[in-house]
This record gives sequence, structure tokens and C-alpha cells, in this order.
Amino acid sequence: MRFAAPLAAAAASVLFGSALFVFLGLEPLAVLRTFFLSPFRDLYSIGELSLKVAPLALCAVGLAVGFRANVWNIGAEGQLVLGAMAGGGFALAFPDAQGAWLLPAMFVAGALGGMAWAALPAFLKVRFNTNEILTTLMLTYVAGLLLSYMVYGPWRAESGYGWPESEPLQAAARLPRLLDGTRLNPGILLALAVAGAGWLFVARSFIAYRMEVGGMAAGAARYAGFGRGGMVWVGLLAGGACAGLAGVVEVAGTIGKLRETISPGYGFAAIIVAFLGRLHPGGILLASLLMGIFYVGGEAAKVSLGLPTAIIGVFQGMLLFFLLMSDLAVSWRLRWRARRDPVAGA
Amino acid sequence: MPEVPERGPPLRLELQGIRKAFPAVVANDGIDLAVAPGSIHALLGENGAGKSTLMKIVYGVIRADAGRILWEGAPVDIASPSDARALGIGMVFQHFSLFPALSVAENIALALPATRDLGALSVRAREVSRRYGIPIDPARTVHSLSVGERQRVEVVRNLLQEPRLLIMDEPTSVLTPLAVRELFRMLRQLADEGRSILYISHKLDEVRALCDTATILREGRVVGRVDPRRESTRTLAERMIGAAPPALRRTPLDRRPRERLGVDWRALSPGGADGVGLRDLRFEVGGGEILGIAGIAGNGQSALLAALAGEMRAASADAVRIDGEPVGHLGVRARRRRGLVHVPEERLGRAAVPGMSLARNALLTACHHGLVRRGWLRPGAISAFARRCIDTYDVRCGGEHADARTLSGGNLQKFVVGRELLQSPTVALVAQPTWGLDVRAAAAIRSALLGMRNEGVAILLVSEDLDELFELSDRIAVIAAGRLSPARRIDEAGVEEIGRWMGGELPDTSAPERTGQDHAASP
Amino acid sequence: MPELDLVLAIAIATLGAGTPLLLAALGELVSEKSGVLNLGVEGMMLMGAAVGFAVAAESGHFAFATLCGVLAGAALALVFGFLVLTCRANQVAAGLALTIFGIGASALVGAGYTSRSLPAREAAGASFVADLPVVGPLLGSLEALTWLSLACFAAIAWFLYRSRPGLVLRAVGDAPDSAHAVGYPVIAIRYLAVLFGGAMAGLGGVFLSVYYTPTWVENMTAGRGWIAVALVVFASWRPAWVLAGAYLFGGVTIVQFHLQGVILASQIFSMLPYLATIAVLVAISRRGEAARRLAPASLGIPFHPER
Repeated sequence: MRFAAPLAAAAASVLFGSALFVFLGLEPLAVLRTFFLSPFRDLYSIGELSLKVAPLALCAVGLAVGFRANVWNIGAEGQLVLGAMAGGGFALAFPDAQGAWLLPAMFVAGALGGMAWAALPAFLKVRFNTNEILTTLMLTYVAGLLLSYMVYGPWRAESGYGWPESEPLQAAARLPRLLDGTRLNPGILLALAVAGAGWLFVARSFIAYRMEVGGMAAGAARYAGFGRGGMVWVGLLAGGACAGLAGVVEVAGTIGKLRETISPGYGFAAIIVAFLGRLHPGGILLASLLMGIFYVGGEAAKVSLGLPTAIIGVFQGMLLFFLLMSDLAVSWRLRWRARRDPVAGA
Repeated sequence: MPEVPERGPPLRLELQGIRKAFPAVVANDGIDLAVAPGSIHALLGENGAGKSTLMKIVYGVIRADAGRILWEGAPVDIASPSDARALGIGMVFQHFSLFPALSVAENIALALPATRDLGALSVRAREVSRRYGIPIDPARTVHSLSVGERQRVEVVRNLLQEPRLLIMDEPTSVLTPLAVRELFRMLRQLADEGRSILYISHKLDEVRALCDTATILREGRVVGRVDPRRESTRTLAERMIGAAPPALRRTPLDRRPRERLGVDWRALSPGGADGVGLRDLRFEVGGGEILGIAGIAGNGQSALLAALAGEMRAASADAVRIDGEPVGHLGVRARRRRGLVHVPEERLGRAAVPGMSLARNALLTACHHGLVRRGWLRPGAISAFARRCIDTYDVRCGGEHADARTLSGGNLQKFVVGRELLQSPTVALVAQPTWGLDVRAAAAIRSALLGMRNEGVAILLVSEDLDELFELSDRIAVIAAGRLSPARRIDEAGVEEIGRWMGGELPDTSAPERTGQDHAASP
Repeated sequence: MPELDLVLAIAIATLGAGTPLLLAALGELVSEKSGVLNLGVEGMMLMGAAVGFAVAAESGHFAFATLCGVLAGAALALVFGFLVLTCRANQVAAGLALTIFGIGASALVGAGYTSRSLPAREAAGASFVADLPVVGPLLGSLEALTWLSLACFAAIAWFLYRSRPGLVLRAVGDAPDSAHAVGYPVIAIRYLAVLFGGAMAGLGGVFLSVYYTPTWVENMTAGRGWIAVALVVFASWRPAWVLAGAYLFGGVTIVQFHLQGVILASQIFSMLPYLATIAVLVAISRRGEAARRLAPASLGIPFHPER
């Protein structure tokens, strides 16, 4: 029952997507084949898929912590950028560092960077009750501009042929490749570990319980004495830390340097992943797999069929639309079942 | 229909065989009802008997599954409230249908056919309110009105449409005894003008004092049509409830109780849902004693409870004492660890999370009773505690994993009361514990409260139901406009005096009280 | 008087830069007054911008393109309305979905138009204004839509506080249960308000892509939809403050544009509108309870009519 709505949403998106392909004058089956099979075509493609899944899952697990408490952090994209800047900047600041400590230090710096970017909205929310949706989003734009400023200015490489990007990170600051012939890196393992920790947190910790109460019934949380401020801080900082880690995974893994764009919208897509995964770390892993397929499949469809990459965004939006619609169908059934139990009718 | 003349002028309203079924319950089953012109007709029944559903059908808010409605002899189809109003039916809802952010004049305009001129409307509203002796100020924002004033707006709004049938849904639950008398005078005036009144209530005394006919509902069916003036309260109650549960017995206190909850709080900033500031709170509740707090809704009850429960903290620690220990500076959970429990008025969304299982709802306030260890949940202990609540307090539900929202109001309240009382409290704050419950559930809750009192718990009982307060309390005080009256021993308290206090005429607390009556000042 | 000219020029430019914000924020204001929080303004603006630009580029018909952009915004709003009003979905989540969908769909629509330019069109603006001394030539350079946005402001302020339908709309946002009990069709009224909000956001988008820049670039609204949402909060749901806020932000945009390249890097100044948004949000939320009481009481809460 719990996964009926996400599955229905995925199916409906594929159906409507096919109609869209027909409208664009494409053979829907061919497109769907490209979309859903090419990510599994060979080991290399699977490796590429894991590179998409890792940041999506990382961001979404962190966001879900806040979403459960109705803390609407929608600025994971900016927190990811700040994490990338902090982690990558750390490596750039110590160009001669070669020790094994460097990577862990970068991850710590990245997590702190993401947390710092989430801490401002948290502070403003707790102190002044400023709407965190708008502040996290505004800070995302600021983060993008900050990164742009850094790669055009202080970090710009002399050897970069004029491109706005930094020197490549030193070898010790790069994530190793796990499999020959692929770009697979330990980022996916980090994502799995974070999801595991997230699951333990959600299922068994008292803090997560209190946040869930806060999200489901604010009045009950007040009545029980579960302070709102703590929830806001934990929710936003968890989101910021995880997004920051995702940023380091991108910089130290796939990209290997700092440049103007770090993420193709992982932070926003992770919002959908979090909802699609029912705010549950296990579900989020599955949902990020689906979203990863859209990314990899979308790129393949662009190359082989000339489909614009914008189609990925259309799919993402549709997924969330249909998820929200199918939730209604599910809750109708629940309500109908509830009504069979005796309740006062007047 | 023996009480209604078969000839002469047609009936104002006649219902034939009205049926309405909800998925869980048949709310109305074959209901016949006849209201004569100029009659004040009571629709009598306990909570859940189907009164409100029937009236919503008459007013077009919901539609019946079967049956006919005749208006002045002709069958009609009432598809919406505006249809009802066009016929000449007005309704004053129990939960008013007002717009708090708008002015009184705008509120009135919204219920009338399109009018552009708010000024002329205000003049008419003043005129009507003067004619029936219910003063209102059209310029004020509804938000700033007391509950009683809001009811006047509702009534005036209806009267402006010259209704020939006015439905009043439990109108006295928000009124002081004095205001009830004024309301009755106005309703009689309306009836004398030939208008019909349908008066919905479960208060037998009121129905006997006001109404000339009564139709009694039980479990969605008509179980009697009587002239209430010729019945006794007991015979009416038997028809309304069936077999009544045995009356509770409260043994009087034989000794002066030791203070368990003490409050000395000069002034509180506005807080709580009603935004009423509290002033000059000084009272204590002893172990094994129930202190009842009467008052009209919105006079500071929610602020008082928030302040005592710790949702609102005091500037000074001494403001609130539990067993002598100052706790005014502490929050909810710290006070709970010192033995305070709280049964709030709102069950779903406050006392319980609707979408969570009973087990997880048990964790809501019982978390410091071994259900959590070092920040991690103990699922076994949580389930066991929930099962204990369910078994001890006879909660009818699908087990501890059933969601709170699937329970009926009475069973959920039993669960909440059980969860709080099983925490071996020293002090219990209880608000409106039986509001909206059927007689049996209410009796179970009341006897549970009395049981805890007998075990030495200090109970503060906030209620709008004077009968309940007089039945349960050892002492009674009144809250009005954020001030608390002195407490009277229940055997020395008179309904007259309590009613006057509820209307805001509190005695000057600085003046010395007659000895023996001011229990609060010298326990 | 060159200084006066500069000041005037900046003022006129401010009016232009504030126009898309004003249009979108007025639409959102009406939607929120009915109790519906639509966070999809950014998506609806982008959709309006893309569709409007595409139609203008293909047909050369600017009025028709404007209409198409408006309809595109309204069409997205209809989807949103179905989600939150008929399906009673969470308004925050549905709004985010709408924005994400709008970004993708507008990129899809505009894919072929990224480097296209629009055909020439006749001088816009009100010609009688252009004949005025001193201010004439500058005012005359204003787009007709800028004048229209001012007319919209006046009309919406009148509608909300002087007309009966406006009173009903506010009543629905204040207490939908009461409105239902009194006999108003709450869901239908909210649908209309949401559709109007979408149409206005679409109009703001068209203004941006067809009249103001005029180009189409993916994601060209650059957060203006979100700033419009923030403006409504900043204005505490009062039309006059929406107007003032829109021009304040128009001014910030123009000032940062003029300062760019004078001192410091351009990115630092580009941050200004976003930082200013945060600043005004903090300023307004510091007023606390008083400001919150001005919000429509049912904002963001789904309505269940069968209660």
C-alpha cells in the first residue's frame, strides 16, 4: 500500500511521457527503450548511473529529515554548491597535501559548508519566523553567483585556456575509481551508508519521532513540549550536511575541479526523490535510482534521438504531479476504511 | 403527530421519512418532524443522535438520501443554504459561520443577497438589533468580539432576512445564564411574531422552560414527540438516553488537602489560542481534590492551561509550584517529569496525532516512563504501555497499531485520559473532558477522573458544562476576561452567583472575602 | 539637467524592471487571498515567457503572443488547481512540482528559440504621453504592459476592497467553512483565483521575454517568480505594498545593473535582489504576530467541503 502511489505515479509519468514523445514526432517505444535500457547497457553505463544516484540519494535523505517535520528546505542545490566550494576549496588551499587525511577532511569541510548555508535560514526561521522556503531558495541563487565569482576570479586557473574553472584537484583529493572501465566511485557507498544511518535515525531515534509529530500535527507537538526550534535546526542542518557531502562527491569524484556548474539540478530533483521515496531512506534509494535513470537515459536520448534535455525536467515535474494525485486515491481508500469503524455521524 | 393540529394553517415545515447514511453510521433513519407556525420546537437528543445532520439537511448543507421536505404545505428541494434562505429558513450554527477577519457589517452582507451599500445595511442591522434587544456594533471586526457577541451577529444576520423558521443549534453552550435568559426572551418575541423556532439541544431544563413541542432523537431515529412543559427532566432523560448510567458518587473531602499545585502569577502576557491575557492568578489545588474552572469559551481558559502545562513559561520560577517545587521557568516536558499530566480539549491534532498509531501516540507524553532510552525508542515498551491504556480504560479499537483517527471520539478520549492517568500523576489538568461524547463514554471518563481524585491526585478541571462541574468539583471558580474568581466550596456555591461571575461581574479580589467561602485564599 | 535625466531614466527603467514582478505578485496576491498558496509562480512565468516568445517569433503577432503566454500560465495554474483543490494535495509540494515542471516544459517549448530574435514591432506605449515635455520621451518609452500592470493594480485593489465578489474572495480565504455554510462555492472561487494568478504570472513572463529583453533563455526569470511570492509576504497581503515592493525590487535590479562593471565583480551585484529579498522577509517577519494576522487565515490549508 505504501508504495502503491509512487509506482502508480511512475507508471502514469511514463504513459504521459510517451504521449509527449508522439506529440514531438518520435517513436515512443524507441525513446522508452533508450531511456530505460541504455542506463543498464553495459558496466560503464551502470557506473554512470551510480554517479547520478549518489548525489540524488545523498541530498534526498537529508531533505527528508526536514520534510518529515514540515521544514521546507528547498535550497539543497545551493547547499550542494557550498559543500563543493568548501570541500574543493579546502583541497585548493592545500595544493601540496598528499596524505590520506585530505579526502576525509574535504568531506568534513563540505558537510560544514552545506550546513553553514542551511544555518542562516534555520537561524532566521527560529529567531524571526522567516519563511524558510524563500530564504533557502534565495540563498541557492546567491550560492550559484558566489561560485561563479570564485571561478571567474580567485580560483581561476592560469592553465585553463580562459575557461572559468579552477586548477584540477591533486590526486589525493580525488575519489578513486572502483572498477576499471567505469567512472564508478565510492560516492555511491557513501550514499548507501548515509541512507542506512538515515533509516536508523528515522525508525528508532526519539528526535526523529518528535520531528514526525511536529510535521503531522503541530498542535500535538506543542502540547507534548517538543520545541519547534530544535526541529528546524536539525531539519535544515541535516539537509545542508548531506547536500554538502553530495557537492564534495561531485567535485572530488566526477568533475575533479571547481567550475561554474557543479550540479545539473540534483538539489531540486532530490526534492522529488524525497517525496517519491515517501520520505523514507529505503524508498529514497529506489526513487533516486529511477531519477538517475531519467538523467542517464535523458542524456542518451539527447545523443541518439536529439531529444532536448529539458525533457528530464518535464518528467520530474510530472512524477511529482502524479504522485500527489495518486496519494489522493490512496487516502480515499484509507478514509473509506476508517469510516467503516463506528464514528459519531452527527 | 398528535401535538400538531391537522387542520387550520399549513405546517411551516414538515419532514417525512428523512434518511441519511454515512459510510460508518446511519445518522438519520426515517425521521418525521412537523413544525407549526409560531411554535418553539425542540429537537432533543444526546451527542451523536443525528440532530445536527437533520438540521443540515433542512438548511441545504447536506442532502438526504431519502425522504421529503414540505415547506408550508408544498414539497421543496433544498439544494443549498441559499435555497433555504430564499424559502425563509435561517440557521444559527453551533460553530458560527462567521468570518473573523471581516467587519460585522461585511459578515452580515455576505449572508444576504447582493447588497452594495454597507452603510444602509449597518443602519438596518442596528435597527433589528435594537428591536430584539441584542446590541451589536457593525463597524467592529468579528475577531475582536466575544463568543456571546458573535452569536448575536449570527442571529442578527439571520433576522435581517425575515426568516419564518429559525434553526438554533445548541445556542446556549456559549452563553452565561443571564444571557440565556435574554436569548429566550428574544426567541419568545420571535415566536409571538409568528415565526417558528427549531431549537436543538440536549439540555433538558432549557427545553422544558422554552419549548412547546419536542421531538426526541436517539441513534438517528425519532423515539418520542412530547410537550416538554408537561414532562419532568427525568422522563425526558429516559426517553433521550434509554437506560441512563448510574449517577456518580463523590465522597466529600473530610480533611483539608495538602497543596500539590500552587499558582501565584501576577500577570501573564497574552497567550493561548484565544489571545486573552491572564491577570492576578492565585490559587492552589490540593491532593485528592478537583478544582473546577467555569467560564464562557474564550475567556482565557486556553491561556491558563498553556501557562500551567508549561507551553508558556513564566518569568519567575515561583509562579507555578508542583508539590512545593517551583516550576514556573520550566517547559512542558520538565513539568511532566515532575508529575504533571494534561488532557487538552482538542483530541485529534493536539492530544493525539491523527495519522499515528496508538502506540506512537502513547509515546507522545509518556516518553519519560521508560519508553525511550538514551534518545532511542524502545518499541516493545511502547506497545506494552499502549496496550495497558487500551485494556485498563476499555478503549474499543483495532489494537495498539490502529491509527488514532480511526477511533470514535469517546474511545480516543478514553485512550488519552488513560495515557495521562497511567503516568501516576500528582497534578492533572483536564479541559472539556466529555465534550461531544455520548453519555456512556462521558460517564466512563468522569468516573476515571473521580478515581484519580480519590487516589490523591490534584485535578484542575476546566469546563463550559456547569452540570459537569457541579457533579465533579470539590471547589469551583470562574474565569472571565482572563481573571479568576475566588473558589467556592461546591456545597456553598450557587448557580446564580457562578453565572453572574461568568458574565464578568467578578468580586473585587482585593476586598476581604467572607470567611468560609474563600477556600482559595486560605485552604 | 543631466542629473535629472539620469534620475528620470533610472525611475523609468525601474518601472520597466518592476512590471513582471508586479504582474506576477498581484496574481499571487489574489490567489493567496482566496487561501491558496501557489509556489509555482516561477514555473508559470517561465511557461508564459516561453510560449509567448515562441508564438511571437512564429507569427509576429504580439497581442496574440501575449494572449498565448497568459493562457499558458493559466493552463499550468489549472493543473495546480486540480492538484490542490480537487485532489487536496499539499500546496507546498504541488507548487514545487509546478515550478520544476514549468522549468522543464518551458525549456522544451523554447528549445528552438534560444538564439532567435523577434520581428520588429511598432513603437509601443501611449503616444499622447510621448508628447509631454521633459518626461514625455522617457515615459513614452514605457511598454503598454507597464501601463496595463498599473491598471491591474488599481483594478485589483478596487476589486478586493470595494466590490462584493472581492469581499466573497476574502471571506473564502478567511473562513472557508463559514463560506461553505453560508452557501458560497469555495472550490470554484478558489479555482478562479488560482487561474487568475496563473494568467498574471504568464503575463509577467510574456512581458519579460517578448517586450522587456526581448529574448528567450532557459530559466530566464532567474527567481523573479519566487521574489513575487516573497513580495506578497513582504506586502502583508496589501495591494499598495505589493506595488511598492515590486518597484523597490525593480529599482534594486536597475541599480545593480548600473553598478556592475563600475566596481567589484558583476556576480556580487547580481546577488543584490536575492539578498534584498531575504532582508525584507526578515524585516517583515520581525514584526511578528501583527504581520501574521494579516495573512489569510486559511492560507495553505486544503478545504474539505463534506464536513
